[in-house]
Amino acid sequence: MPSISMTVNGKSVSGEVEGRTLLVQFLREDLGLTGTHVGCDTSQCGACVVHVNGESVKACTMLAASADGAEVATIEGMANADGSLGVIQQAFQDHHGLQCGFCTPGMVMSAADLLQKNKNPSEGEIREWLEGNICRCTGYHNIVKAIQAAAAAGA
Amino acid sequence: MYSFDYVKPGSIDEAVAALQAEDAQALGGGQTLIPTLRQRLAQPSVLVDLGGCLDAGVASQDGGCRIGGGATHASVAASADAPKWLRAVADGIGDPQVRNRGTIGGSLANNDPASDYPAAVLGSGAEISTNARTIAADDYFQGMFETALNEGEIITGVTFPKLEAANYQKFDQPASRFALVGVFVGKGAGGVRVAVTGASESGVHRWADAEAALAGNFSTDAVPGAPSADGVISDLHGSAEYRAHLVAVLTRRAVAAAG
Repeated sequence: MPSISMTVNGKSVSGEVEGRTLLVQFLREDLGLTGTHVGCDTSQCGACVVHVNGESVKACTMLAASADGAEVATIEGMANADGSLGVIQQAFQDHHGLQCGFCTPGMVMSAADLLQKNKNPSEGEIREWLEGNICRCTGYHNIVKAIQAAAAAGA
Repeated sequence: MYSFDYVKPGSIDEAVAALQAEDAQALGGGQTLIPTLRQRLAQPSVLVDLGGCLDAGVASQDGGCRIGGGATHASVAASADAPKWLRAVADGIGDPQVRNRGTIGGSLANNDPASDYPAAVLGSGAEISTNARTIAADDYFQGMFETALNEGEIITGVTFPKLEAANYQKFDQPASRFALVGVFVGKGAGGVRVAVTGASESGVHRWADAEAALAGNFSTDAVPGAPSADGVISDLHGSAEYRAHLVAVLTRRAVAAAG
């Protein structure tokens, strides 16, 4: 069993995993960070998106052992230190960028990656970036508006 | 997933040694392999993660570029050292999260009949380096999911030549983001090459009639009509005739865009 250690939301963590343990399983089942969701289980829906060394990845399509030594960020790390919502999260609430909320953790993490690469994305660039995040409620319009607002607010 | 052992060697030599184990399997970015394992379509004894030993860099070289086998699609798409036509190919693969993990070596080793990189590699006349040798693109692709790689051989890099004009046109299969059909047209020192992905039951291949016609007249008017639909993939996403038609349409678009 590989023993792994990584930084998750700024905190050092370690654990014993099987070779086949997925990063999303390690986060949810070993660390109890259930904000990262498992939606499709087939790398399509993006509900499981987290950041590994600053890049957004699908945590259901990466082995936990491959993230050994990495810096991982999840939705639990997106709130401000005082527990209030971070800029992107607040924008999703303000613009009604969610209905059932299942896809939202992945949407927020994906948007955060976009906004660190492109501070002022166009509507088209946002829509293209969200290719790997599926939402079955909103029709995406309010998600796009939320990300535009987050960009304007300097997220 | 079935259970397997996991190792992450620190050098290519160690990785080659680890791959000698029976039913060992190399792991690149895992964007195809992990979903395959999850469906229990493969049962390796040990997964050899190449993330700790492969070069992941992109460097310009003689007007073309050299890409490490571990380079992600996102890093190629973002690199100023890669030619624009190659960056565009990388930027069109999958979605952003797949591009952040998926690697050029993994894509080429898998040789999915509808993936994008094989078209760019074959259509540009690139060379594939492994731990043991260098393989010309024309010798490398040997049919659907079949390549010239031996058991345990690792792709360490790909060298793309300088091209005067090149473009890749992809007709997205909207659910998978693979190519329903994709055509790469490249014009360089070796003449004009046209490589087609997504269409043939034998995987990526060159379209000789179009190459011959474009060699004398590199214009959209020179592109022949649709090739024969014999041996072309037919499934619920598109008939063989439809895909064959797309081959000609996308070739014209690629020639027009290559300029």
